[in-house]
Amino acid sequence: MKPPKFDYHAPASVDEALALLGRYGGDAKLLAGGQSLVPLLNFRLSRPAALVDLNRIASLAYVREHDGQVRLGAMTRQRTIEFDPLVARKLPLLREATRWVGHLPIRTRGTIGGSIAHADPSAEYPAVLTALEGQVVARGPKGERVVTAGDLFRTYLTTSLEPDEILVEVRLPAMPPGAGWALEEFARRHGDFAIIGIAAVIVREGSRCTKARLATAGAGPVPLRLRAAEEILERDGLGDAAIEAAARRASELVSPDADIHASAEYRRHLTGVLTKRAIKRALGVARG
Amino acid sequence: MSEKSWIGKPVRRVEDARLLTGRGTYIDDHPPVANVFHAAIVRSPHAHARILGYDCSAARAVDGVAGVITGADVLKHTKPFSVGVTAPVHYYCAATDKARFVGEPVAVVVARNRYIAEDAADLVQVRYEPLPAVVDPERALEPGAPVLHEAVGSNLANNRRLVYGDPDRAFADADVVLRERFKFPKYGSTPIETYGVIARWDALEGVCTVWSNFMGPFIMHPLTARVLGLPENRLRFIVPPDIGGSFGIKSSIYPYMALIAVAAKLTGVAVKWIEDRREHLLASSTGTDRVAYRELAARKDGTILGMRFRWLDNVGGYIRSPEPGCSFRPTGNFVGPYRFQHLEVDASTVMTNKSLTGPNRGYACGHLYFETEGMLDRLADEIGMDPAEVRRRNLVGPAAMPYRTPSGGLYDSGDYPTAFEKALEMAGYDELRREQARARAAGRYFGIGLAVAVDPSVSNMGYVATALDPQFRAKPEYLPKSGAVDSATVKVDPLGRVIAILGSTPQGQGHQTVVSQIVADELGLIPEDVTVVDEMDTFTRVWSISSGTYSSRFGSVGTSAVALAARKLKTKLVEYAAHLMEMPVAALEFSDGAVRAKAGKAPSYTIKDLAGRAHWNTESLPPGMEPGLQATAVFGFSVAKAVDAEDRVNSSNTYGFIAEVMAVEVDPETAAIRILRYVSVHDAGTIINPMIAEGQIYGGALHGLGGALYEEVQYDADGQCLTGTFMDYLVPTASEAPTIEIGHVVSPSPLTPLGSKGLGESSSMTVPAVIANAVSDALKPLGIRITELPMTPSKLWKLIEQASRSHAVPTARHPRPALP
Repeated sequence: MKPPKFDYHAPASVDEALALLGRYGGDAKLLAGGQSLVPLLNFRLSRPAALVDLNRIASLAYVREHDGQVRLGAMTRQRTIEFDPLVARKLPLLREATRWVGHLPIRTRGTIGGSIAHADPSAEYPAVLTALEGQVVARGPKGERVVTAGDLFRTYLTTSLEPDEILVEVRLPAMPPGAGWALEEFARRHGDFAIIGIAAVIVREGSRCTKARLATAGAGPVPLRLRAAEEILERDGLGDAAIEAAARRASELVSPDADIHASAEYRRHLTGVLTKRAIKRALGVARG
Repeated sequence: MSEKSWIGKPVRRVEDARLLTGRGTYIDDHPPVANVFHAAIVRSPHAHARILGYDCSAARAVDGVAGVITGADVLKHTKPFSVGVTAPVHYYCAATDKARFVGEPVAVVVARNRYIAEDAADLVQVRYEPLPAVVDPERALEPGAPVLHEAVGSNLANNRRLVYGDPDRAFADADVVLRERFKFPKYGSTPIETYGVIARWDALEGVCTVWSNFMGPFIMHPLTARVLGLPENRLRFIVPPDIGGSFGIKSSIYPYMALIAVAAKLTGVAVKWIEDRREHLLASSTGTDRVAYRELAARKDGTILGMRFRWLDNVGGYIRSPEPGCSFRPTGNFVGPYRFQHLEVDASTVMTNKSLTGPNRGYACGHLYFETEGMLDRLADEIGMDPAEVRRRNLVGPAAMPYRTPSGGLYDSGDYPTAFEKALEMAGYDELRREQARARAAGRYFGIGLAVAVDPSVSNMGYVATALDPQFRAKPEYLPKSGAVDSATVKVDPLGRVIAILGSTPQGQGHQTVVSQIVADELGLIPEDVTVVDEMDTFTRVWSISSGTYSSRFGSVGTSAVALAARKLKTKLVEYAAHLMEMPVAALEFSDGAVRAKAGKAPSYTIKDLAGRAHWNTESLPPGMEPGLQATAVFGFSVAKAVDAEDRVNSSNTYGFIAEVMAVEVDPETAAIRILRYVSVHDAGTIINPMIAEGQIYGGALHGLGGALYEEVQYDADGQCLTGTFMDYLVPTASEAPTIEIGHVVSPSPLTPLGSKGLGESSSMTVPAVIANAVSDALKPLGIRITELPMTPSKLWKLIEQASRSHAVPTARHPRPALP
């Protein structure tokens, strides 16, 4: 478990990093927290010609509010997000999801940009980005472009980012005041990737649901918005029957794969169970 | 022991300061020779394939490569290892003719560093002819299954049918006969430190030195010498002071010791190989996966009359010694803590295209008790009796101790009913049952499991011969085997401080601490006065073929050797003092670190007084006394005898007892299992250090929990390993650890000087049983009984789902889950 030879670069700026990506013509890998890439290198499953280490680019780590969004620099550590007061206030779902990410040493190194760009469909951050209808900013040789969550994830470990682009920022709309949220996750052990995770945001007016957002982790090749289930709540309100119906719909919407940890049927079933639990818990903290 | 006794106190481990600050000396920290080269092992990607040839030219051409050796070199320069059965299985330290499991070594690249070695290993071309594979032990015995070893002719490595008493009569007389099929998973230990070997072959001296984290048994030393074609006094095994965990797994490192030794011989350089985690998960060692068919005969009052076991133990591609210990290690305690006298065991050892097996904490006992305790609960259900009461009616009583089991075990001491009642009382068993009734009425799935077990320690080397037919053992050329021996040397330096030298190979057990407690007690010192050296070296230590730190033996046999050595030395000190004091030995006693007159006024001599005089002035010794203040003792059990003509053998030497109660709740929607209570009561005789003892119980319990819920080395039908990383092979961590309530009962062993027994495997052998019983009890309203481990949520949910569909009445609280 030693990686093959590679060149190593630690640029001090995004421009310098972009120039390096250009120089290697798609044969370089960006190193963020390294929690997924380094094992892939050691297993020789990834054999890039070069690593471009983003850890010296201080300007990529920040959390700030702008235009109703919380903007997080791609290199912001998960451990920073876990304790950031702005995140706690404006994005409590992100805060809760962060606690499900691995273990403390992993969160200390892992970054939000790295997690999203890695696009593991069982990971928490892609589900949160999807549920909150967030965006990422990709910077390439031709400048910046904004990519929505829906356009970002293509399939397992694959995004629409170009090889010469760097994910520099994650933009998440601040959650409406009074919105309820929950991240329900089932994994075999604490800290593992989800067998199934459901991120939920509920905005209510009395028993009416003005906005429901539900997204999955672990239920297929990409995180999935469960729009048809959301619509049931937005149409029928937040009574038990509507929640049951939404949960049932959720389990119909997913096409999970089987792996060593869980069958497809079990994942489908869990999608329903956790959707119900997530909605109910989100409802419990929603005001309005 | 007096108030001043160090034995029985939770003395802090002297090992921890260095281990917790990263200052331990493990094999990878151990550069015993300069200019070491590094090995990378080329492994078979095929589960079953004929090896047609090798092309190592590209690998040899890489700058920094010292050489490449292949199976062809192994065939030429080594002999196969002896196996524990008569079937002609040729097990070499690397594949020679065929690869028989994914990950089997086929070549070794030796280079300047591991990076270069791995780069070059990628370039080794091995030409394979892939063959059909088989991984299931029942399928492997069917006609037409791919045969791994043509010389054997089938995949059956061994079969023994052992009969004790008259089982046919017991089954004929029974009111109740129950049958069940169980499956136990293949899992290992995954110690934090993987295997590591450094070998130097000195062509001039003709000595091969192998440093490794091998834990014994040192029977593997003469066997490896034979494999390498070396006289035993030209093969030196050295074990560094620290081993980062083993739990049985590192007893199976020996083929790599031979492989790296050959690599050193053929490349002419010292070679170091540190196993990486992927290699460890693919190809180190695990326990067997087993299919078991169990039958139980009982009276309707709950008295067990007899049992039948039919086992298929899957040892993987080759039967590697000490297998088939997977079947026979518990021969003496086959009946567990129960009184029944009639037993039939039909034990088959099967070879399939999986990785190889060997001792793993609880060796064979996790399997044994999972099945037996599962049968006890089925009996309770069948006759409508509380499972605690069924066990009470069958436990061996204290008056029967020492107790000879029908299969030859000699349970040295114990009070099983008292320990069992203690566990029930600690758990509040009756209240738990009431809580269960309330929970069930509310539609919740709450269950209580029980498990009791005899915990064998210090294997008698003779048990392995149970694998052989009595007719074979009766041949004049057959040499019987028996024994369980350990040694220790205690010496006093000229200023009165003590050094104790062991031949053990601790892997974290705290031997230094425990030995310092024992010697301090024996010689009236404090533990800080005792330095304990435990770096095993076959050239300098006193050892025997059973030496090593395995089968929970140190707490029993190792501590005995230490106590006896200290006592020998004490005797000498008293004799010396008697001479100085011109008094008869009988008038003196050794107390509080000094020799004193039993009565009257006389000077006393401390150890320091005596040590200085004895070392500096040998003229002061009495006539005939050997100079020097040291004593070596070798302790061996006289109850370790060879297997007899009726297949009876006292397979271990001391036998403890475990009684456990667990309460769980199962979430029927997710199939998650929550452990609500877990009580574990142990009787391991005298406890030398309760803190270390409890650490062993915690570790054993978590290890058992791994096999019960998380861990399984899995293969697809083609023999590809699916669990090559820790993302797929799940090991329980601190987050998964339940709260464990531990209790002790102390029945000192009459066989050891301190009354101690082993405790190292402990709850690893009972947790699979107790949690399976608890989950079965929880899901009883659905008619579900657990027969297979691990109980993953996905598998458990499938059982719940099928049961809910077929016959259970959905409760109000948990309506039948809605499915698409």
